[in-house]
Amino acid sequence: MLKIRNIEAGYGSIKVLRKVSLHVNPGEIVTIIGANGAGKTTLLRTISGLLRPWSGEIKFNGEDITRTPTERIVRLGCALVPEGRQVFSTMTVRENLMLGATVRFGKDRREDIERDIEWIYDLFPRLAERETQLAGTLSGGEQQMLAIGRALMAKPELLLLDEPSMGLAPTIVKEIFNYIVRLREELGLTVLLVEQNARSALKVSDRAYVIETGRIMLEGRSEDLMQNRDVQRAYLGRDLDREFV
Amino acid sequence: MPLVFCIIFDCIMNIELFFQYVAAGVTYGFIYAIVAIGFNIIYNTTGIINFAQGEFVMLGSMTAITLNAFMPLSLAIVLSVLITMLVGAVMEILFFRWLESPSVLRMIIITIGLSIIIREIALAIWGENVRALPYFTGNEVSSVSFAGVHISPQVLWVVGICSVMVVGLQVFFKYFRYGRQMRACAANREVARLCGINTKNMVTLSFVLSAGIGALAGCVVSPITYSQYNMGVPLAIKGFTVAILGGLGNSMAAVAGGLLLGILESFSVWVMPSAYKDAIAISIMLLILFFRPAGLFGRKEEFSLKEF
Ligand SMILES: Nc1ncnc2c1ncn2[C@@H]1O[C@H](COP(=O)(O)OP(=O)(O)OP(=O)(O)O)[C@@H](O)[C@H]1O
Ligand SMILES: [Mg+2]
Repeated sequence: MLKIRNIEAGYGSIKVLRKVSLHVNPGEIVTIIGANGAGKTTLLRTISGLLRPWSGEIKFNGEDITRTPTERIVRLGCALVPEGRQVFSTMTVRENLMLGATVRFGKDRREDIERDIEWIYDLFPRLAERETQLAGTLSGGEQQMLAIGRALMAKPELLLLDEPSMGLAPTIVKEIFNYIVRLREELGLTVLLVEQNARSALKVSDRAYVIETGRIMLEGRSEDLMQNRDVQRAYLGRDLDREFV
Repeated sequence: MPLVFCIIFDCIMNIELFFQYVAAGVTYGFIYAIVAIGFNIIYNTTGIINFAQGEFVMLGSMTAITLNAFMPLSLAIVLSVLITMLVGAVMEILFFRWLESPSVLRMIIITIGLSIIIREIALAIWGENVRALPYFTGNEVSSVSFAGVHISPQVLWVVGICSVMVVGLQVFFKYFRYGRQMRACAANREVARLCGINTKNMVTLSFVLSAGIGALAGCVVSPITYSQYNMGVPLAIKGFTVAILGGLGNSMAAVAGGLLLGILESFSVWVMPSAYKDAIAISIMLLILFFRPAGLFGRKEEFSLKEF
């Protein structure tokens, strides 16, 4: 579904991504883990067209989207939930969701869009209660749900999630991960997930990539990576040296 | 202090004159408010102050005056508003659209350049003559009486049309798809793109909208204030003052700010030579920039939250 080959990208003259290649198959949940500043956000921004890559190639469903503008990429069915719970804070929950459906106006009927808003409310009942509240006044967890709901309103085939658990309490984090699994089961949604919360992310995903200073260092099935010693030491917080003393 | 008592005393003696000043203040106030809203619309979507805003007002009224020679007034006004909107669109497409992440300063300098060019072109076309559209109903001397106070029917036109514009814009931004998309663009440009909104088109739309309201405002005041190729300059300064007064970006505050400035100016004529009128606007703007940079009605937190 998504195929990235030898992408290089950065800001100004600073190169952040160095020959990154990865792929996501239809129906998969794929995780990218990596330390702060490794280039995870940069990678997702490049895929969604917010950042022009210097070289390399990105293909989505066989179509080359390396130089395609963001709006068009969303229209093709690839939506990003950006880092840091970004909602339109001066607008209501409902308006946020309507805006998520922008690419469907003129394509889908209004009733379908209204029905999908109801569906989002079923999925996240907490948003339903706050329909007319300004998004800026929601709690962090609710804002994250709204950001995800807004991206879902575009009816994407591939959802890119940038650290959905950042800064949220453990119970909410768990809830968010449950939603991700549910979305795959119910909609057959394909997900590319960036996470610092490596353990939970590896648990819900099929495959994973480890990115370090802009390079893919490791890739494999999530179970396998969970058993990998380097991964355990660096990202799962297990102090192996002490364990074996 | 004695001065204030003087004015109050004068007012009581001269209630008719008092309302005349209020009416004049309100007329100008609404125009300032519309120019300020024009500033706000573009500021909200792009983060820049469009210093050619006053030129939209000038183009609207001058074009209508020329067209009025060949066609009925209402048609001339509609056409001139459409032409000015087209100018707004062309301006954005030629000078801003293709810029890759331009700095705010660069864009503002472009708008200053454009305002000078438009004024020069207007001078070449229309010369320095002072012109005016005819009164929409009646003429200079006709008046409507309200409880013994006589005001020109044109004042009612100004107040009526400007109010309709203000309310119409609120409705547009709240209930219409493109209005909502423009607000999204103002709130967070990048996330707006991630929703599939074509933000470049929204910027063009914001220029078109500002040009349109500016032009219409220019037409309704033309019978009272007259029109000339350089009428945009003071209007831009006043409108900018009002936009700042209200806390940049907020329409309702712009209306309040506009009325305040209009009425202040109008009463200033009572105590000072009218040549000082413009100085009042500038002094108010400077005072506000010193003491309340977020505007009279704006709070600091809101300053960062842009709303129409
Ligand atoms: N707008 C920018 N301008 C310049 N450099 C940037 C910009 N954004 C990110 N960088 C740099 O690019 C590198 C990678 O940043 P990126 O945000 O992709 O990391 P990340 O893996 O998402 O980190 P985190 O886990 O903290 O979100 C960092 O060194 C950062 O300083
Ligand atoms: Mg990041």
